[in-house]
Amino acid sequence: MPGMFHGFLASLSSYFSTFADLLTRYNVLGAFWMNIQLTLWAALGSLVLGIVLTLMRISPVSSLVRVGDGIVMFFKNMPLAIVMVFLLLGCFIQLQVQLPANFDTNFYWLAITGLSLYTAPFVSESLMSGINTVPMGQAEAARSLGFGFFQSAFLIILPQAIRGAIAPLGNTLIALLKNSTVAAAAGVAAETSSLMNTMIQYNASAITQVFLLFALGYVILIIPIGLATTYLSNKLAVRR
Amino acid sequence: MKSTFLKRITKRVGAAGLALMTTLSLVACGSASQADVVGPKIRIGIKFDQPGISVEQSGTYSGFAVDTARYVAEKLGYAPKQIVFKQVTSAQRESLLQNGTVDMIVDTYTITKDRQKVVDFAGPYFVAGQDLLIRKTERSQITSPRDLANKKVCSATGSTSAKIVQDYFPKTTQLMLLNGYSECLTALLSGTVDAVTTDDLILATLAAAKADSSLMVVGHPFTEESYGIGVKKGSAVLVEKINEALKSYVSSGAWKRAIDKATKGTGYKPNPKFNPPTRFDARASDQIARF
Repeated sequence: MPGMFHGFLASLSSYFSTFADLLTRYNVLGAFWMNIQLTLWAALGSLVLGIVLTLMRISPVSSLVRVGDGIVMFFKNMPLAIVMVFLLLGCFIQLQVQLPANFDTNFYWLAITGLSLYTAPFVSESLMSGINTVPMGQAEAARSLGFGFFQSAFLIILPQAIRGAIAPLGNTLIALLKNSTVAAAAGVAAETSSLMNTMIQYNASAITQVFLLFALGYVILIIPIGLATTYLSNKLAVRR
Repeated sequence: MKSTFLKRITKRVGAAGLALMTTLSLVACGSASQADVVGPKIRIGIKFDQPGISVEQSGTYSGFAVDTARYVAEKLGYAPKQIVFKQVTSAQRESLLQNGTVDMIVDTYTITKDRQKVVDFAGPYFVAGQDLLIRKTERSQITSPRDLANKKVCSATGSTSAKIVQDYFPKTTQLMLLNGYSECLTALLSGTVDAVTTDDLILATLAAAKADSSLMVVGHPFTEESYGIGVKKGSAVLVEKINEALKSYVSSGAWKRAIDKATKGTGYKPNPKFNPPTRFDARASDQIARF
């Protein structure tokens, strides 16, 4: 019996030492850092784009409203992989639209562009849901005080809307982090899903460890975002 | 009036029911008799999207790996109707063999020491080597990976070929990674990259797919990739049988015919040092580049 137990322990320890071995042989942390960078830049890009789209959609100009709605509809219903492949094969390879001359930075910014384009409609939808929580009277009050469109949007409506939209924005950020693995489709090599493929190619005997490594990494990254957005959305919500 | 209407309805329903039952029994008969004729099936894992090697087009399969799989299956005693091709991808191969979803995998499946820990290999049925595919107009400039300093190369995401580029090519070589080699081909034709790199057999079949012969394989392979036929771990008897089949595959000339068909029009010749394979000892490739 003790022999069996020791055997079990030995196989368990060899299972876990494989993790250490994989971590020393491959730059797993670097790959996660790449995804975090992509996520942060794309979060910034999609926030700016999302705010612009939202302003268009709440503007008093009906043609702007339609264009804003159209862009949101289009990119919201477009699979991310298609956006990425279009940017890479269509814009870069066929039309030769090149951002920086270096391949690695070019694909990096190409992926950020794709992620931003894809995520912006979801940011806009989150903001629209936040705007719905702002009572009409706020806009009317701003108007009667003589605020123009941009003044009432940036000083009165959007600050309250963002505070009411923390939870959906947090969900969008989580989705963005996971979506950043699709950057492989835009040629970003040093990112987690590509590294996972390479590691499986070379370490077929340790496939479960490779998988667990990346699954755990994402769980560790995503749980704090979820906790933070829940905390912030409670803390910042406008009590009416 | 009402009763005749009801009668008509019942008649119709009855007729429909009868028709349905007849069809069902016919279908049942059909499948039963088919099963009697066909007998046990062999499930062979192949890729569905590698032109020249294994490709699926509306239910028909073709390519070098498919021809090899069919020959081996026939020698193992399976009629063509008993072969079921299943789609595999590179990352799934070991799992699909381990859990028994497929009985064997005939693919560009390099025998390595690490893979041998979890699956058994028969073969090799072909020995490829990593090489470069270039535009014919640049044949004098690019003859080895050394000439790719400050140039651009395309390979597939997560592939061993990409890892070789990162580890052995000049540091100034820029690597573009795409989902598949046919996408790399687009990049090579548009001038975005100067070379596509992976195993020479795959490159040759890619060049064959581009009919105007504007592309060529350099022809100096710098790695050794022994393609094995993967089976479940602990299938020594099956491995022995497959190796017997491969022996006659080579000696009968069927091997050469299959290779020639797959690479027609490219002028590609398999590395004569290792091909056609003569020793079916499933020796592992070391995955080191020499150039």
